[in-house]
Formats: sequence, structure tokens, C-alpha cells
Amino acid sequence: MAHAVEIKELHKSFGDLEVLKGIDFTVDEGQVVCVIGPSGSGKSTLLRCVNLLEQPTKGKVTVGGVELTDPDVDIDAARRRLGMVFQSFNLFPHMTVLQNVMIAQRRVLRRGKDEAERVARENLDKVGVGAKCDAYPPQLSGGQQQRVAIARALAMDPDLMLFDEPTSALDPELVGDVLSVMRKLARDGMTMLVVTHEMSFAREVADRVVFMDGGVIVEEGPPDQVIGDPQHARTRTFLKRVLDPTHSEDDGASGVDEAPAR
Amino acid sequence: MTDQPMTAEPVGPAGQVPGKGRLSPRKRQRISRGIQYALLIAVVVVVAFLTNWKGLGENFAKIDVAKQALPDVFTVALKNTIIYTVGGFVFGSLGGLLLALMRLSSVRPYRWIATVYIEIFRGLPALLIFLLILFLPLALPGFEVPGGTYGQGILGLTIVSSAYMAETLRAGLQAVPKGQSEAARSLGMSHSRAMISVVIPQAIRIVIPPTTNQFVSLLKDSSLILFLGMSGEYVELTKFGNDLASTTSNATPILVVGLTYLLVTIPLGYLAGRLEKRQAKER
Repeated sequence: MAHAVEIKELHKSFGDLEVLKGIDFTVDEGQVVCVIGPSGSGKSTLLRCVNLLEQPTKGKVTVGGVELTDPDVDIDAARRRLGMVFQSFNLFPHMTVLQNVMIAQRRVLRRGKDEAERVARENLDKVGVGAKCDAYPPQLSGGQQQRVAIARALAMDPDLMLFDEPTSALDPELVGDVLSVMRKLARDGMTMLVVTHEMSFAREVADRVVFMDGGVIVEEGPPDQVIGDPQHARTRTFLKRVLDPTHSEDDGASGVDEAPAR
Repeated sequence: MTDQPMTAEPVGPAGQVPGKGRLSPRKRQRISRGIQYALLIAVVVVVAFLTNWKGLGENFAKIDVAKQALPDVFTVALKNTIIYTVGGFVFGSLGGLLLALMRLSSVRPYRWIATVYIEIFRGLPALLIFLLILFLPLALPGFEVPGGTYGQGILGLTIVSSAYMAETLRAGLQAVPKGQSEAARSLGMSHSRAMISVVIPQAIRIVIPPTTNQFVSLLKDSSLILFLGMSGEYVELTKFGNDLASTTSNATPILVVGLTYLLVTIPLGYLAGRLEKRQAKER
């Protein structure tokens, strides 16, 4: 069976800084894969290489059987099948919520006005912001904005959804709404690649968890293994810091592989 | 002065007792303010006495001369000034947008062309541009600017304003967060579609206040069209005032024309200020 996403020997450098140092991994259809790791480990860059918002320096990215890194590929056409949700929402502030969800359907998929509006309302209802159709994004809370962003991506009927730390810019009490939308999506069988710091979400929803550090994949596997019983010292240190931030300094021994404190 | 002697000055618990012969800062400020007002009144009185009001009135505010300016100052001169300015503004905005996009393009020759154009025409006086247009037929025999005098005037203002608009619009385009075009591209929009639907509309909103000020300065620059030496139905405000002042040997038309400019520029300046404030609030 073809993989939904297949990444081979992926390298990415920004100038002299090598952010990704040879990544190999796959996502199967219908799978939810969560990528975790400390900031600066290259998780977001990896995600942005999957829809070519960043041009890989070396390596192959294949999505749905199409090799995106092939220079002959129509990247706009390929991106239509990939939904992307950003940390900072990136809704279009000069359009209403409804227009935000309709614009790409109209201009990219060339759907008629009525159909685009129907699809938009359907998806906005699905994420629970159907009542906000005529509002402008700045009038909404962060949680509502992020759910509109999810609806905007879903309206394009993507085969794969990419989430780049979708809850990191939210107030803590708004995180739950967004996560429950994502949980529902996963249950409906959407293929998802999620960069996140929400360990309980990863543990509950992910089929597979990938731990990255320093531009390489350190460890991957089922969530109960990677989060519940990590094999590598680096994974253990990271999880300890994330799951119990107040006591991370008590334990000096597990910081073996970590760079000295900044 | 109503100042009390030092000893009567009340001293608060936190205030220091002023030293002998020294005034408190607040008191010193009050005295200085008083002196300034007194001087100002003196200057106004002296100027009012020395001014030849009758002569001034005869030359700058003669009612029957002012009446001669009506209604042409509005129906012909102001109308033409607005035609020149709006024409220059519309074509200048389009040209400016094109130059701004060229300047931000990844195609190097586009960037060069735009940079050279902007640097040259921002650096030249507007008057020089009009003189050049006047000599165009000499340089290119048989060439005529379409639209006659209107065309020439609008061409001159377009050349000047497109250079300025290009820089304003470039700043506006760069002020749109990068995430906006990334979001558009990840929805499958092409680069140009993302520009048209997402980036440019936001950039235009950002540059509306500075652009209003640019419109005002363009309106004033339109006075330089008088050097094109047009006549009759094509005159704009300054030329109109100047001509009428010559025929009547009286400066009143200049004053009338000046007031007509202010009639347009002051509300526009006020509008620009309001737009700027509103935008600052939205951020």
C-alpha cells in the first residue's frame, strides 16, 4: 500500500545552519502521527517541507504517490490536497469568516458561489463556529480563529492535514475546543501530521509519535512506548521537562545529552 | 503682577522651603508665561498700527475683483485641478503598484529597473519633469501625448506620483505578515492569485492614510502645470489666479485661489489624520 506521506533522506539548511539532518519517515493513510520535541529541533521545518513552504535542501518528499520535490510537479495543484493549520492561525483579516472559507474554493477549485458557501457553512458548523459566519477574524477569540482556520483547510477536501503547533498561541482555557475538533477529525479517519506540545493529546489520539531533537528523529513508535516508556535519555529528559516543568531542575542526572543551559 | 511676597508662600509638607530670594519653579513658570503674553500683544499692536490696511485690502481682498473670479474659479479652474490630480493619482497608483511589485520581485532585472526609475523620479523636482514634457516633441518629432493638455498634465503628475506611490506601496506590501501569503499558498493559490486576493488588498488598507497625504501633495504639485503654458478651458487653479491677477493688476485672485486650495486640502488632511487614528486603534 502506498504511504500517504513518504520522506526520504530529508535535509534542510538555512545558510550554514543545518536544521534537518536526514529525516526518514512515513505516514500511512488514516494515521495520526504526532511530532514532539524541544523547540529548535526542526519539527516545524519538517512539517513545512511536507507542503514545500520550505524547499528541502536535499531528499525526497512524496505525498499521495506524487513526488513534490520533483521540479516538474505542479506544486499549487499538489498543495490543494494538503490542508495546513498554522500556529498563528493566519486567517485573512480583510474577509469575513465565511469569505475566508470560500475564497480558495472559489478561486482554486473554481466551485460555484452556492456550492462554496454550502461547503463553507457545513465545515464551520462541524468545528462549532457556524454562528460566526459574518464576523471578521479579529473579532473572534484565538480558539474560534483556529477552528475557522481548520474549517478553511477542510473545505478544500484535503487528503492530509498538517498541524503546526495549532494550540501553542492559545490561552489555556481555549486549547480544549481546538483539540476536540482535531480529535473528531482523527476519529473520522483523516490522515494527520501534527506538531504539538500537547502530550496528553498525542498519547490519546496518535497512532505513532515521533520524537525529534537536533534535526534528527531520535525515537518513534506507538505513544505508549515513546511517551509512556521512552528508550532514549534525550526523550526522557524532554518528557520530564514537559510533563513536570516545576521539578525539571531537581534532576540533574537525566540532563546528560542536553546542551548546557542557555 | 499678583504675586505675593515670598514669606506668604505656603509650603506643603513635601515641598522644600525655597531658599532666600529664589522662586519656586511653578511660580517662575507663571511669571515667564505672563511676560510672553505681554510681548505677543505688543507685537500684534505694533504690526496692526504699521500695516497699510487700506492698501492691503485694495490689493488682496477687493470684492469686485473677487467677484470676477466667480464662478470660473470653481467651474473651470478647480474642476481642471481635480481632473489633473485625480488622473495623475489613478495612473500613478497603478504605475506605483507595478513598480512596487517589480521592486519586490525575485527577477533581478525587474528590481533594477524599478529601483532606477524610483531613484530618478523621486530625486527630480516636479517642475523639471513638466519642462521635459514641454520639450518632448523636440526630442521625438511627430510624437504627441494623447489627450492634449490634459494628457500632458496627467502624464507629468503620473511620472512623479508613481515613484512616490511605489515606495509607499512597497512598504505596505512588506507590512503584510508573511503568514498571510503562506496560508494562501498552502490553500493551493498560485503566487499571483495570493497577491491579488490576499496580500494586495491588505497592503492597500495599510497605505490609505499615507496615500491621502500624497494626494494632497499631488494636488499642490498640479499647480506646476502652469508651466505647460495651456490656456482657456485647460487652466488649473494657479494659472487661473495668476492670469486674472495680471489682467486686473490686483492680487485678490491669488488669495481666492489660495482659499480654494485650502477648501480641498484641509478636509483631506483632516481625513488622513482620522484614518491614521482609526488604523492605530485597530492594531
